[in-house]
Amino acid sequence: MSDIFLSTVLTLDASVRVCVPLIFASMAGLFAERSGVVDIGLEGKLLMSAFIAASAAVVFGSPWIGLLAGIIASSVLAMVHGFASITYKGNQIVSGVAINILAAGLTMILSLAWFKKAGITPTLNNDQRFLSIDLPGLDLIDHVPILGVIYRELISGHNILVYLAFVIVPMVWWVVFKTRFGLRLRAVGENPKAVDTAGISVESLRYKALLIGGILCGIGGVYLSTAYNAQFVKDMTAGSGFIALAALIFGKWHPYKVLAACFLFAFLDAISIRLQGIVIPGVGEIPVQLIEATPYILTIILLAGFIGKAVPPKASAQPYIKEL
Amino acid sequence: MTESNIAIELINVDKHFGAVHANDKVNLSVQTGTIHGIVGENGAGKSTLMSILYGFYQADSGQIKVFNKDFRAISSKQSIEAGIGMVHQHFMLVDNFTVLENVVLGSEGGALISESLANARIELTRLAKEYGLEVDLDVAIEDLSVGMQQRVEILKGLYKGAKVLILDEPTGVLTPQESDELFRIFEALKKQGVTIILITHKLREIMSITDNVSVMRAGKMVAHRETSKTNPEELAELMIGRKVLLNIKKSKAKSGSPALIAKNLEIMNEQGLKRVSDVSFEARSGEILGIAGVTGNGQGTLLKALAGILPISKGSIEIMGETITSNNTLNPEQLRNLGVAHVPEDRQRMGMISEFTASETALLGYHNDKTINQGVWLKRASVKANCESMMEAFDVRPSNPNLMSSNFSGGNQQKLILAREFERDPDLLIIGQPTRGVDIGAIEFIRKRIIEMRDAGKAIILISVELEEIMSLSDRIVVMCDGEITGTVNGSEADEATLGMMMANALESEDSLKGAKV
Repeated sequence: MSDIFLSTVLTLDASVRVCVPLIFASMAGLFAERSGVVDIGLEGKLLMSAFIAASAAVVFGSPWIGLLAGIIASSVLAMVHGFASITYKGNQIVSGVAINILAAGLTMILSLAWFKKAGITPTLNNDQRFLSIDLPGLDLIDHVPILGVIYRELISGHNILVYLAFVIVPMVWWVVFKTRFGLRLRAVGENPKAVDTAGISVESLRYKALLIGGILCGIGGVYLSTAYNAQFVKDMTAGSGFIALAALIFGKWHPYKVLAACFLFAFLDAISIRLQGIVIPGVGEIPVQLIEATPYILTIILLAGFIGKAVPPKASAQPYIKEL
Repeated sequence: MTESNIAIELINVDKHFGAVHANDKVNLSVQTGTIHGIVGENGAGKSTLMSILYGFYQADSGQIKVFNKDFRAISSKQSIEAGIGMVHQHFMLVDNFTVLENVVLGSEGGALISESLANARIELTRLAKEYGLEVDLDVAIEDLSVGMQQRVEILKGLYKGAKVLILDEPTGVLTPQESDELFRIFEALKKQGVTIILITHKLREIMSITDNVSVMRAGKMVAHRETSKTNPEELAELMIGRKVLLNIKKSKAKSGSPALIAKNLEIMNEQGLKRVSDVSFEARSGEILGIAGVTGNGQGTLLKALAGILPISKGSIEIMGETITSNNTLNPEQLRNLGVAHVPEDRQRMGMISEFTASETALLGYHNDKTINQGVWLKRASVKANCESMMEAFDVRPSNPNLMSSNFSGGNQQKLILAREFERDPDLLIIGQPTRGVDIGAIEFIRKRIIEMRDAGKAIILISVELEEIMSLSDRIVVMCDGEITGTVNGSEADEATLGMMMANALESEDSLKGAKV
């Protein structure tokens, strides 16, 4: 009994760790898409900021400088996306794909130029990483049955970026639904003309949304290379950006629902690792690939209209061109 | 009229969109507290002019004064601040926002919306009472009727402090009852000193509600009148303008049997709005049936339905022995096989693909024809030869089948499209705006060809907003207004004034004129 309990808690704990970059990336996507700009370049931004953060942390010896550098790198890419799709009204999917390719290539070339190794940064030591912090009160609660285990394994002992991820979500909700910026953001993604004729600049709103997305996505990338891992490795995002997009759709562009989707997808990931090689009587070995593909399958089922309806912001993916 | 009474003054306002001269040195002055109508055909530049005043577009040159102060808007923000509100033809509302959120958008006050919404609720309740504009503030826009959505737009303007309210074709989407209600609101607004500018092409509205009226035609302001000192006939004439008739020789038609019989048609447009109701007519072989009307009165929708692009919701169409109803539809290809050719109204968007070569444009719709298609591959040589023969027959210049379609002039593009449809020897031709944006030489050529087709015994349905074109080509003319047929005349007996009145559907309401003309 206690074995199953412990392993459940540990699986949930692993889910939390996997969940973090998904949360940051999907919140970034939420801002972009709510403003009417599709952001398929989340993957590229995660990758770029992961690489730049690890590089900066190694060179300057501080994870905080890594964090700053990662955020800047991701924001620059976000602005490139904005320039192509807002100012020049280009195809947002093409621009996003270009950013993904650019990031994959740049991380290889830059690592070769800076560290003489293709696609890898040197390993970060503990001074260069975000380390786990024990929350206060661990000693007091540790001996309490069940609650102690949950507190020790699941709640305490994460690094600062994990806690930040879970604080960000209600903040995003508050900004989107309770502020003037949020009202305009939601409006511009639905009907940019209504915003324009109300005397508000469509372009500036969309740039702001993309910049916020750039910053959030940057933090997600930083987490991957300086907190979850201790170095940058080629393609280390492994599709997190795309899973985040799937979570965004699955969560219907609503912060809390997106958080739930992120956690579900992270849980599936964690469980697929635990279930590797386990044979279930009558079924045989569990195909791990199937579990790993579940987020995408679920999203497709959702999009096909089998579980509720996912209605994206109406002006999504449409450049705003002024005409009557 | 003293200086201080003028709310809006436009002096020599000029605006180009590429090669199109949308507003040509336009002058206008609107007195405070009046309802001022601006009439003109679609494309006359009314909406552009008002969008300049509202800051949506910027004028190339000219001066604007609002309440006697020089005014320059780089966005709608300045116009709103100057006290101008606009209700666009297509509402500028966010569908999934509540009424309250829509009204507040853009003038929120603080950075947090809860307080703004609370304040707006109080103010809107007051405004709604004052002007009789009651609407539930907490309902999402998508759940409101079109008439109610329009109220929200008016409320939005008033909430933002509009002293001048511009309404662009406000009754276009309304039922007659909703229109009456809207006019009642106008009166209430006028009583409170609000100035109203009403853009429309419906003369009846102008006559019944406005104090003054200005007429636009082809980007120019052609006349200003006091409504009480003018009449619909004069306005119709000013709107349409007298144009030189191109002289085309035409023998008397030898009408044959009916090729198309339309009975009690009702058609919805792409947005699901009813644009054609209870329309019946027949087109006979050897005869040109002209369908006249101001743009946007249902002719376009009718044309699409006849060509099989839109389904009909009521009534029937009989073509070559086949009966089309709401349940039994034929697609454009099936119609083509029956011998129906279609020259669409919008040449650029539906008639051709501008990125295709001329030879590819020349086969659109006929790509399954055995002579050019052998299953998987097109017969390149036949495609080219096919295009070359069309180019020669219709004098398309330059006669290069490999040139991109977009590189031909409007007239030559149109000739190529006509060639494609005419050369297949159809029995029924449905032609929309054959000479729109075409140079004068090509106009003559195209019209001659249409008459040749008639003389060869084809049935032709011609839809055009050029009254002069309808009159010089048609053997019979049907006039449409608001989706209904408002008159039928023989081509030889038609005159512009009568047609103009029918186009504005002003005949029934003006008994004296009716007696004089019919």
